[in-house]
Amino acid sequence: MIDLTSLTLSGARGLLDRREISSVELTQAHLDRIDRLEPQLNAYIRVTGDIALAQAVRADEAMRRGEAGELAGIPMALKDILSTVGVPTTCGSRILENYVPQYNATVVDRLAASGAVVLGKTNMDEFAMGSSNENSAFGPVHNPWCLERVPGGSSGGSATAVASSEAVYALGTDTGGSIRQPAALTGTVGLKPTYGRVSRYGLVAFASSLDQIGPITRTVADAAAVLGVIAGPDPRDSTALNAPVPDYSAALTGDIRGLRVGIPREYFGDGLDSEVRVVVERAIEVLQSLGARAVPISLPSSEHALSTYYVISPAEAMANLARYDGVRYGLSLPGDDIWSMYALTREAGFGAEVKRRIILGTYVLSAGYYDAYYRKAQQVRTLVRRDFDAAFGEVDVIVGPTTPTPAFPIGAKVDDPLQMYLNDVYTVPINMAGITAVSVPAGLASGLPVGVQIIGRALDEETILRVGDAFERETGHNLLRPPMTAEVSA
Amino acid sequence: MPISRHELEHLCRLAHIALDESEMVDMLGQISTVVDHVSRLQSVDTEGIEPTAYAVPIDSVVRDDDTELSWPTEAVLTNAPRRYGDFFEVQSIFE
Amino acid sequence: MNGPYVPVVGLEVHAQLLTASKMFCGCSSRYSGAPPDTHCCAVCAGMPGALPVVNARAVELGLLTALALHCTVPRASKFDRKNYSYPDLPKGYQISQYDDPIGRGGFLDYRIGDRVIRWGITRVHLEEDTGKTTHTDVDGREVSLVDYNRSGVPLMEIVTDPEMRMPEEAREFVSALRQVLMYLGVNDGDLQAGSMRVDVNISLTGPNGERNPKVEVKNLNSLRALERSLAYEIERQGRLLAGGETVEQETRGWSEKEEKTVPQRTKEYAHDYRYFPEPDLPPLVIRQADLDRLTGTMPEMPMTRSGRFVSQYGLTPFHAQVLTRERPLADYFERAAAADRSVPPRIYANWITGDLMRLLGEEQRAAEEIPIPPENLAELLSLIETGEISGSAGKQVLDEMFTSGQAAHAIVERRQLRQVADSAALDTLTDEVLAANPGMVDQYRKGKTNVIQALVGQAMKSSQGRANPQVVRDLLERKLN
Repeated sequence: MIDLTSLTLSGARGLLDRREISSVELTQAHLDRIDRLEPQLNAYIRVTGDIALAQAVRADEAMRRGEAGELAGIPMALKDILSTVGVPTTCGSRILENYVPQYNATVVDRLAASGAVVLGKTNMDEFAMGSSNENSAFGPVHNPWCLERVPGGSSGGSATAVASSEAVYALGTDTGGSIRQPAALTGTVGLKPTYGRVSRYGLVAFASSLDQIGPITRTVADAAAVLGVIAGPDPRDSTALNAPVPDYSAALTGDIRGLRVGIPREYFGDGLDSEVRVVVERAIEVLQSLGARAVPISLPSSEHALSTYYVISPAEAMANLARYDGVRYGLSLPGDDIWSMYALTREAGFGAEVKRRIILGTYVLSAGYYDAYYRKAQQVRTLVRRDFDAAFGEVDVIVGPTTPTPAFPIGAKVDDPLQMYLNDVYTVPINMAGITAVSVPAGLASGLPVGVQIIGRALDEETILRVGDAFERETGHNLLRPPMTAEVSA
Repeated sequence: MPISRHELEHLCRLAHIALDESEMVDMLGQISTVVDHVSRLQSVDTEGIEPTAYAVPIDSVVRDDDTELSWPTEAVLTNAPRRYGDFFEVQSIFE
Repeated sequence: MNGPYVPVVGLEVHAQLLTASKMFCGCSSRYSGAPPDTHCCAVCAGMPGALPVVNARAVELGLLTALALHCTVPRASKFDRKNYSYPDLPKGYQISQYDDPIGRGGFLDYRIGDRVIRWGITRVHLEEDTGKTTHTDVDGREVSLVDYNRSGVPLMEIVTDPEMRMPEEAREFVSALRQVLMYLGVNDGDLQAGSMRVDVNISLTGPNGERNPKVEVKNLNSLRALERSLAYEIERQGRLLAGGETVEQETRGWSEKEEKTVPQRTKEYAHDYRYFPEPDLPPLVIRQADLDRLTGTMPEMPMTRSGRFVSQYGLTPFHAQVLTRERPLADYFERAAAADRSVPPRIYANWITGDLMRLLGEEQRAAEEIPIPPENLAELLSLIETGEISGSAGKQVLDEMFTSGQAAHAIVERRQLRQVADSAALDTLTDEVLAANPGMVDQYRKGKTNVIQALVGQAMKSSQGRANPQVVRDLLERKLN
């Protein structure tokens, strides 16, 4: 009999549509698997089994009536930073441990309208600040490829759930690499859409000018299908782009002949792990073998993108996290007066990394420093954007590594923020420029997954998905499954 | 450029974050390292470069002045740590 | 009183904009009198993940004000986050405008007596109001209670240049500004209720031009409080400086009860607003076509209109100013005056500023609530002007029109108030009056001619006011001589 948890979105879609399986069976299979694997993985903060099964029943009914949406009946997971009415949304933080939203994020409504089944809320670095998922108030997530290693972050729970088949697909959020980096480290597909492609309404803000919601899946085709459902304008998000949503699945022609692929010199420098380099170079050869043309390019300002990121994102975060003051929701610890109540609540409610970023953000905006840090960073951001503008005058996509190294051991970098931040060196420039990129599995390095990052023009998700899909069909790297999950299902 | 302890205390006050002694020491070192790193931006020539504050070039997104139903009061207050009737209650501002 | 010191005054006026919905969400901005936390949603209650969307009407009202105050409107404007913590500020920052306000560098002309004064406007910007905190005692505990109904109501801040100004000038400026805002329909001008709020900065400049620290006085909820608090501060700071002491830079509040300013307990214990561009709101590009359209809708400003009332209608400056104080009253005057041009405009002015405003005052009604259509007033005044009814009958008719809403001619007919000018009837009437008052007839003939007044009065009385007093008088005189 078929292992229902091995199905991709498109695979499940076919079986459901042909009534060979029901959504309830599919959902129950995933809930069972979650039960078995969670003690080792900790990918979920909360599993909402009852809700999922109720949604599955409704999806089965809708499918019988022939009214089902594209995602109907397929069990998925939401990063716990997406607002869900009636279901706690913690952002991986003590300060929101008991916060129960009274409204749905726009993406959650869109998934519901399409008939999606939500298995639960996934673990994450607190307020999406981190690259290892060790900054969660609810414990670290373990990489299914090697339980002693991190799955990446901040959407580490979503990536792990998908990699270990605890969900067919998941949504994550990406501010500086938080979808692509964990996708690379867990051997999954992670898409960061163009800034504004997907509504941020109900995404609890970390850095508002960078945050973007996107899918984590096991195939590029699945990412295209999910993006098609969640993308599009939203009157509640002023930064959501008012552009029509193309048929992303139709763009997956498999034909990338004549495509110009930019290879940025700066993405293959000293910091890049030699094994990762080999895997990514091999991936570029595959693209060439499919008829694409490799073009050496330069993105000279990308070396400053990380510094820019660590000025702009903490500044925005400082303001975005000011609302957690113990007055309206969340943790609240009484003090001698209101000011001590604020300080005690935030001291107890926030973890070390969040506090570091708040302090850093306060510093770069404080009187006398604005021009030297914040304004300067915004100017450099312009330079980063111009680099990409110039490059996309010559090439159609840009390809390089998603991360400098494969998954590293849990605890290896927790005391060294700067080393931790360097994980995002190849992903951050894309957020700075507001463009789109997808990380696709490119094979293994010493048994650990490596991701190749395909970067595209603003709103040109179609092309990067087409390249990723062609690559995937050619190599089948995405079919590799973590050994531990194989044992469990055996 | 290391951050002074005095400066850090001021930042904590602005950010409403209390730190105990050992956290203060860790934070001093870590913040200084990161500030040192981001200070490299100072060397970039940005003469005449416009700052980018928005990721995508859109403008003037507005809505019509139409009213929508507000939330039920219970929804507004349901997560309140402390309430008094339908008010949010906090410790006195003045002490 | 302030000796060698010259007061330098700057004003910050906050005005709630008269929109239907809030600045960044669809909640109703008409929260006055509503139970706590009934006008809130994810956005204005600062729920995690909620995002603001700009109210187009609020931007228009802000631009209209900027244009009316002769400000330079930039091609592009933007919103910024102003970061500070207070329980009535649900996001921990206020969305405001920092370095690209919708207007800067304007002025407002206003009048004190014959003097026209021009006070510079530094800037006009848009922001959101905060919730409301009240301090109270609950079961013996001192607590603060927060209601977020007001949170997110569109607010406009108008900042003036600091200028050498006396308290009366500041008062008249705010009065004139209030008038302009009400004329534009951007604000209801209610200082008492706080939909318009005034903060004032005052410092004294010494005899050699030396600047002293400035004091901010908040909580000024009337024009009187503004004037009195400034006078008080000028006196207080002057006394301190004269005594060789220094003025402390601080925020004070006006105590209505004690008639003095008192140091205010501080809101925040560390200040540094850390402004940065609001990433959730793309910038506003202001197109010339939009400005032209707004300029086209802009009403005539009160001072201009008052001048026109004098030149066009021949009104006294006093009447012109009274009529233009509120736009609905001025509109009413012009509509009435246009309805029947045979009645001189000053007659309309007399009746509107006299009896009509008395009636409004008695009923505590606003000018836009005048229950008499202007055409009906014109009809009434025309009846009086043509002698159809007497002036005293006209007052009775006006009273009834005010309460019943009926037209003048209907009331005149029903109450038979039309003046009797028919000579046969008046002939009989005057004969009767002379026959009934032989004593007065005698007195008149002995040369005490002013008793004719009393005889006319008698005739009017017995005709119930309907006789034309001039005709009666002529008849009586003819018969007595």
